[in-house]
Amino acid sequence: MAKGRVSIVVERCKACGFCVEFCPTHVLALSSAFNSKGYHPPHVVHPEKCSGCDLCGMYCPDFAIYGTKTPEAKAAGTKTQAGGGEK
Amino acid sequence: MLNVIEDSTVNPVEQFLRTDRMPHIWCPGCGIGTTVNSFSRALVESKVDLDSIALVSGIGCTGRVAGYVKLDSFHTTHGRAIPFATGLKLANPKLNVVVYSGDGDLSAIGGNHLIHAARRNMDLKVICVNNLIYAMTGGQTAPTTPGRATTSTNPYGTFEPAFNLPALVDAAGAVYVARWTTFHVRQLARSISEAFAKKGFSFIEVISPCPTLYQRRNKMGDGLDTMKYYKEKSKVKNGAPTGEVGLTLNGEIAVGKFVDRERPDYQTLMRAQYVESLGERYIEVTGEAEPEMECACG
Repeated sequence: MAKGRVSIVVERCKACGFCVEFCPTHVLALSSAFNSKGYHPPHVVHPEKCSGCDLCGMYCPDFAIYGTKTPEAKAAGTKTQAGGGEK
Repeated sequence: MLNVIEDSTVNPVEQFLRTDRMPHIWCPGCGIGTTVNSFSRALVESKVDLDSIALVSGIGCTGRVAGYVKLDSFHTTHGRAIPFATGLKLANPKLNVVVYSGDGDLSAIGGNHLIHAARRNMDLKVICVNNLIYAMTGGQTAPTTPGRATTSTNPYGTFEPAFNLPALVDAAGAVYVARWTTFHVRQLARSISEAFAKKGFSFIEVISPCPTLYQRRNKMGDGLDTMKYYKEKSKVKNGAPTGEVGLTLNGEIAVGKFVDRERPDYQTLMRAQYVESLGERYIEVTGEAEPEMECACG
């Protein structure tokens, strides 16, 4: 099950490709669709792999993409932390 | 442009942006937006009071940051970000003053201000986005352009020796000097948080791609190719002597925290001096409104 999800603001994207290149779990790919400025925004190809680390959000120079952890993953994360750092 | 997303989540950087001004003017593949992400994460991590922040920018591509962030910000004249920030800090010492500007603005047009603010150890956090060129004006050679790079004013290659900014501010007396590239987003955010905890002149250099003017003329590909180059060729050298971290064309990039030391800052020294020589007659500037004085001119 996916631990996170990616949200994309298509209209802000300038298709630099940073998010596609540096996503640690290779969730994204540039799509063939255009936004209204004529760029190819990324789309999610492997939603199940997303860990919600938000590295895409850190890299995006156009503030057009970000990752969030799912509520279940967040709850599990706090539980493991309390339980002594189990991976 | 509004953030149109069906789910109820929101981008962590959104609260720091003037969304009505988006999309911004920076080119596709430019790294300045990435540094803004790291800056916003550092603001969250360091839990600094957002009302106490004043962000000062000069002129240039990076100078636009002041117009895009939803903080108290000032877009000053070319090269004068540091003097303006110095005045702000002296008039209201409670403020956390951040200078966010480019290499041309800080080290060329405002070069003298940079070294003197470092010498005085003014309590400023300076974030210098270094794209190795004057980007907004059309790609002229900047003092930071490494040797042999082709620019619009040096079509046969630059021959001037370049500034090594960490060495410059280290020699002038900065208490915190770090360098990262736009590839090192998390390290950069941590460095900015550390600078917020530090009193004195903190200088963080961020090497950033300029795909339109620097990379294109030097046949270095686009922004993504440059990010891959940063990933491949940058080497973390914490505590390295700053004299050895100069940049070369296509060479290795030394990154890391180079300097972290303690030195009394300008306002501490000023207070000590005036208290010693004036005693009780010295009234400290607190930044709060002063009681109205009667005009002596009659």
